[in-house]
This record gives sequence, C-alpha cells and structure tokens, in this order.
Amino acid sequence: MTDSWRQPRRLLLLGLGALTVFFLLAPTLVVVPMSFTSSNSLTFPPEGFSIRWYEKMVTDRQWSTGFGNSAQVAFLTAALATVLGTLAALGTVRGQFPGKGAINALILSPLIVPVIIIAIGMFSIFVRWKIAGSLVGLVLAHTALAIPFVVVNVATSLRTIDRNLELAAQSLGAGPIRTFRRITLPLILPGVLAGGLFAFITSWDEVVVSIFLTSARFRTLPVEMWEQVRQVVDPTVAAVATTLLVVTTSVLLLALVVRRQAPAR
Amino acid sequence: MTRGKGRRPRDGPFVNRWALLAIPPIGFLVAFFLVPLIVVSLRSVTDFPKPTGDVLANYGRFFASAANLRVLGNTFWVAALSTVVCLALGYPYAYLMNLVRPRVAGLLLIAVLLPFWSSLLVRTYAWQVILRDTGIINTFLLDARVIDEPIPLIRTTLGVMLGMSQILLPFMVLPIYAVMRRIDPEYTRAAANLGAPPFAAFRRVFLPLSLPGVLAGSLLVFVLALGFYITPALLGSPKDTMISQFIASAVQQRLDWGIGATMAVILMGLTLAVLFIASRFIRLRDVYGSIEES
Repeated sequence: MTDSWRQPRRLLLLGLGALTVFFLLAPTLVVVPMSFTSSNSLTFPPEGFSIRWYEKMVTDRQWSTGFGNSAQVAFLTAALATVLGTLAALGTVRGQFPGKGAINALILSPLIVPVIIIAIGMFSIFVRWKIAGSLVGLVLAHTALAIPFVVVNVATSLRTIDRNLELAAQSLGAGPIRTFRRITLPLILPGVLAGGLFAFITSWDEVVVSIFLTSARFRTLPVEMWEQVRQVVDPTVAAVATTLLVVTTSVLLLALVVRRQAPAR
Repeated sequence: MTRGKGRRPRDGPFVNRWALLAIPPIGFLVAFFLVPLIVVSLRSVTDFPKPTGDVLANYGRFFASAANLRVLGNTFWVAALSTVVCLALGYPYAYLMNLVRPRVAGLLLIAVLLPFWSSLLVRTYAWQVILRDTGIINTFLLDARVIDEPIPLIRTTLGVMLGMSQILLPFMVLPIYAVMRRIDPEYTRAAANLGAPPFAAFRRVFLPLSLPGVLAGSLLVFVLALGFYITPALLGSPKDTMISQFIASAVQQRLDWGIGATMAVILMGLTLAVLFIASRFIRLRDVYGSIEES
C-alpha cells in the first residue's frame, strides 16, 4: 500500500479527504481567532489581538446569567439522564419482557423525531403544567433528549462485560444488590460516565427546545446567542461561540478518554 | 438475581426482574416526550381558528394553499441536495478511513466526531460569518478585485446546503465506515488475483458490499435534513423556508396552533415513512453505535 499512494487515483482520494477535513473543521475554527480581534467588526484575518470581547461577555448581565443558567441546566440534566439512562440500559439489555422492540424504539426516538415537533409539543403541555420557562421544565426536556445517549453508552459496556464475574460473586454469597454495586457497576462505570458527559453536551448545546421553553427571565447561553445572532454584529457573539465550543470540545475529549479506560483490572 | 433465567423453555413472553428497572425511565419518556407528541397530533384535529364541524379542516386548509405545498417541496429538495453532497464527500472519506493505517483512521474519525458533537448553532453562525456580504469570502474576493460587489452567498439555497451538509456529513460517514470495516479485504484481493484491474475490483466487489452503508447513511441524512430549523433560518432566504421554520412561525408568530400542529404531523409522518424504509436495511442502534467505536 505504501508505494501505491503515488498513483493518481490514490492521490485524488487523499486530496478529497483533506478537502473534507477542511470542510468539516475550518468553518467552525474560523470563529476562534475572530473572537480575539481588537476591531469592532468581524474581519478575517482578525486585526490585532485583544480579549475585550471576552471581557464584554463576562461583564454583560445577559451573557453571564445565560452562561450560569446553561451550566446549571446541563449539570442537572447530566445527573438525571445518567440515572434514568443507566436504569433503561440495564432494563432493556438484561431484562426480558414483551414489547421490548417498541420500548427500545421509544428510548431511541428522541434522536430521530424532528426537534421542532418535540419543542412545540413540550411547550404546549409544559405551559399547562406551569413548568414552561423554568429551570425544572428545561431540565426535564433536556433529560428526555439526553437519555438515548446514556443508554447507547451503557448498553455497549453492558454487552461487553464478562457475566461470569457476576456469577462468581453470587456463588461466593453476594446478594443481587451487592453484586451490582461491587461487580457490575464498576465494570460499566466508564460507559455510565461517558454517557453522563454526552448528556451534558446534549443539554449544553441544545437550542431549539430551549427557544420554546425559556423566557426573557430565564435564558440559556445558546438561546441568548440565537436571539442576538441576527441583530448584533459585534464580535461578542464570536467570543460566546468560542466559549460554547471550548466547553463542548473539552467535555467530548474527556468522554472519549473515559470510555477508553478499562475498568479497574 | 437471575436464578433459573434462560433455563426456561421459550414458551411465550415472560418478564424477569431486570425489566422492572426500565419502568422509571420509560415512565419519564412517556410523560415528558411521548405525551407532548400525542398532544401535538391531537391539536391538529382540535385547534381551529374558527369553529368547524370538520375534524380534518386544518389538513384541508393546509393542502389548499400553494405556498404551504411549496414549503413541503422545498424541504424535500434541500434535503435531497444535502444528501447528495454528503454522499459525494462522505463515501470517499469513509473509503479513505478504511484504507489508511489505524492511527490515521483514528485521526480522521476525530475530525468527523469533533464537529458532530459541537453546537449546531455555533457552526451555523460560523457559516454566517463566512458567507455574508461582509464575510470572509466576499471580503477576500473584493480585496483581490475578482468581483466588484459582494456575490450573494448567504440567504441562498447554496448557503443552506453548505451549512446543512457540513452538519450532516458525520451521519453519512459513520454508517458507511461501519459497513466498510466489516468487508473482508480478501474479497477485493481475490478479485485482483483473478485479474481484475483495481477499479473493476472496487466496482464489482467492494462497492456492492458497501451499499448497505450507503443506503443507511443516505436515508439517515435525508430524514434528519427534513427536520432542520436553525440552519435554514440563519442561512436561507424566505424562499428557502423549510417545514420546521413553518411550524415555528405558525406557533410563535401567527399563533395558529392548528396549522402548526398539522405541519408537525405531516413532518412526523414523512420521517416515520423514511425511517420505516430505513429500518429494513439498518438498525438505528448500529448507526449511533458506530459513533462509539473511536
């Protein structure tokens, strides 16, 4: 294969691949240097270097409360989705019950149902339940969207563990709860943690449902960005975009690392 | 905890204790996900701007308007175009991933996964910055005196398609790559040994074997494209309005829940129809599972 890279066809393939990587990464990365511009407009390459737009972002009430709200919603969503998603994975991978196919479809459907439909549906009923525009409502909504990611991660771990370890614990006298706590849980922990991190990202970046379920009094960072992106042209939005991006990317890399960790021996 | 389980003869459905664990999450999803969807469906046959005896009045109203049908047609058109662009870029990319050393393949995979997980809004904003009249491309071309006035890139179908393809590309690459990885390299080698020139070996052996991935990826990209909201709203013109934008403006601006819910049911129906076709070739879990194998 080594020499054959000189063949025109292979070169073409390589060129196309490089172009695709560029297409995937470049547009997003362009925002990062632009957020450090010292001028009042977004130009590329950026003029000068300054962190004034980050200062503006941090000192501006709307942006900073948006950041706080987003973080709060994402943490709570991650916690709730991790618990519910892990239970769902245990129940569907290990459990036997009629209609399992339909239940699996229900669990994965938030990934595929157009989000606008979910958004107006939740809005319509959350208004009646008086939880629209509140922290609670948004956490519940984001949790529903995040559960599938936890389930997929935990189910993958569950399928790969050696069940003989559990049988051994039981034959040595451990009860079901103890077997779960001492054997099963440590073995699936990387999947559970990775699932929780993906749930965090899902909530952190979510816009469409949030647009409908937030109010002027309670807004998350992406919604604030959505409100301003059409009017404001100053580079603060680029600073916000970079902030969103940095958090997402760090959490994603953490998730990838966590998932590779073999459970303690 | 699973004593006796599995030893039972297969005599119809039977429930074990693990299944009980699934009850809380399923209850949660029913209450906060399924019920909202049902409510939307019901509103399409119960919410009317003026009282009427015809439960299907909203559907009649919807299909009577040419503008509404244009939104439907446009959504299909943009989704199809995005699928074609994704396939044209995604297939060679997956093929390349399958060809190179594992370490390089890992890097190529990360190049797909990073944007896959980064905010759709941020990426659409980036396209806005690049494509607008005072954006990167136009500024560059104006400075280079290639053009005298900005060429329209934003608020065009082209802009929407670029933005959507970039966001959807991972959904094409991942299923194709997952299928390609399972193709035994011995097959193409055998074809070559039997005298097939490289391209013939690819076209006659490898390509047909990779088609399930192509189909899975294309259907997935198409179905996800049907539901796009943020990208066409920020990069498209009113002419490029897609179903999701129609639903949002019906509910938020015109306060016409009946027609919004009707369009939502139609979008849902289209999605389910495409998925039903897709389910004959793929398992959704496999597609998302392939994201796990980094």
